[in-house]
Amino acid sequence: MSVPTTEVSATEAPTRQVHLIIERQDDPNSPPYKEEFVIPYKTGMNVIACLMEIQRNPVSKSGRKVAPVTWEMNCLEEICGACTMVINDKPRQACTTLVDKLEQPIRIKPARTFPVVRDLVVDRSRMFEALKKVKAWIPIDGTYDLGPGPRMPEVDRQWAYELSRCFTCGACVEACPNVNDRNSFIGPFAISQARLFNAHPTGAMHREERLTALMGEGGIQECGNSQNCVQVCPKGIPLTTSIAAMNRQVTYHAIGAWLHR
Amino acid sequence: MAKAQSHSEYVLRRLHTLAGVIPVGLFLIEHLLTNATAIQGPAAFNQAVAAIQSIPFLHYIEFFFIFVPLTYHAIFGLYVAFVSGYNATHYSWRRNLLFALQRITGVITFVFIIFHLWTTRFSGHAATYEMVHELVSNPAYFWFMVVGVVAATFHFSNGLWSFGIHWGLTVGQRAQRVTGWVSMVVFVVLAGIGIAALIAFTHAG
Repeated sequence: MSVPTTEVSATEAPTRQVHLIIERQDDPNSPPYKEEFVIPYKTGMNVIACLMEIQRNPVSKSGRKVAPVTWEMNCLEEICGACTMVINDKPRQACTTLVDKLEQPIRIKPARTFPVVRDLVVDRSRMFEALKKVKAWIPIDGTYDLGPGPRMPEVDRQWAYELSRCFTCGACVEACPNVNDRNSFIGPFAISQARLFNAHPTGAMHREERLTALMGEGGIQECGNSQNCVQVCPKGIPLTTSIAAMNRQVTYHAIGAWLHR
Repeated sequence: MAKAQSHSEYVLRRLHTLAGVIPVGLFLIEHLLTNATAIQGPAAFNQAVAAIQSIPFLHYIEFFFIFVPLTYHAIFGLYVAFVSGYNATHYSWRRNLLFALQRITGVITFVFIIFHLWTTRFSGHAATYEMVHELVSNPAYFWFMVVGVVAATFHFSNGLWSFGIHWGLTVGQRAQRVTGWVSMVVFVVLAGIGIAALIAFTHAG
């Protein structure tokens, strides 16, 4: 303000703006449509900040007042997975996607591999169902104190930690060609989670149940090795290694189970 | 099976990959090598054909080790190609392109093999050098054969790579990367052998 050259900069540099094209949908059954927004730029803003600005001032590029765009968010630090959406053709989290690193206009779509609830809100419950199917947990509840479990070797803990960083965001499910309406594939993340809990010394007590589930409907056999999952995983989880490792476990389990019968 | 869980899809899928490599893949290599004897001239090829004809129980071997697994692999493969999704134009990473190509070349090979069997094995004529020479003298037929050989050898070589993952042989990233390159070398070598044989057949005996 006190700098005397403001006059010059005001004329040659108008306020920076962010141009967004958002694919919207009013309810689960209505057709999608595109709406454009132009909002003021702020330093370091992420896609969530853009959506919040639209919420504050829901006026489209053409100047029409519209219903504010809806989306989901929670943690704002890429650990909850709620704000996964397809931004510039790549599934990612709106919170850690920075406007400075994006080409404009920024194209935002819901992750359509899941049923769309409204605008960018999707119903990701199929992922929870998949985790239940492969029993992605460690049962420790009992009627009495079971005492401390066996210890995990440090060498295993190190790679298992990488797998434990999965936050069920759905990016791998969105990018996988074999997750579609002709196929019941549970998705790459669930296979990796089964590997994680099979590696845990206490979780391994339910190893066979997980392997049996992975051989079931929509199981590991539906993977076609397109390996898109490992490309889009925001946590860099070695999903394709997990799938191959579980293929090995399931192969042994399947042949072993057949020979024991 | 008393369990509510059905494992039939798993078994069918794994039989599909197994059939593609063990009987069908091995037969493909044998077939390409037999054809390649044409490079040494008509006599060598006719002799190789006669040697195969002298195998005892040939019709049974042909039926159970080639026809049955090939038919299963082909028909179940069409189902696999149908239930797969295709997003290689959207996500054009190398492996995703190969994923789509694997299915496309599978369908091409399916059509190719039906036509190929119809014009050779079930044509009513004995497979001789002269007969094949006659066929490939037609440029359209020759180029159709080239496309078929390239599609079939690609499908086999790239299929070997995913066979390694499906059966849990190649687990690590490096193992998958190395076998990925090896499979492409296998493709170039097999396609080269196949095309060399086709060119050899164009020379008059």
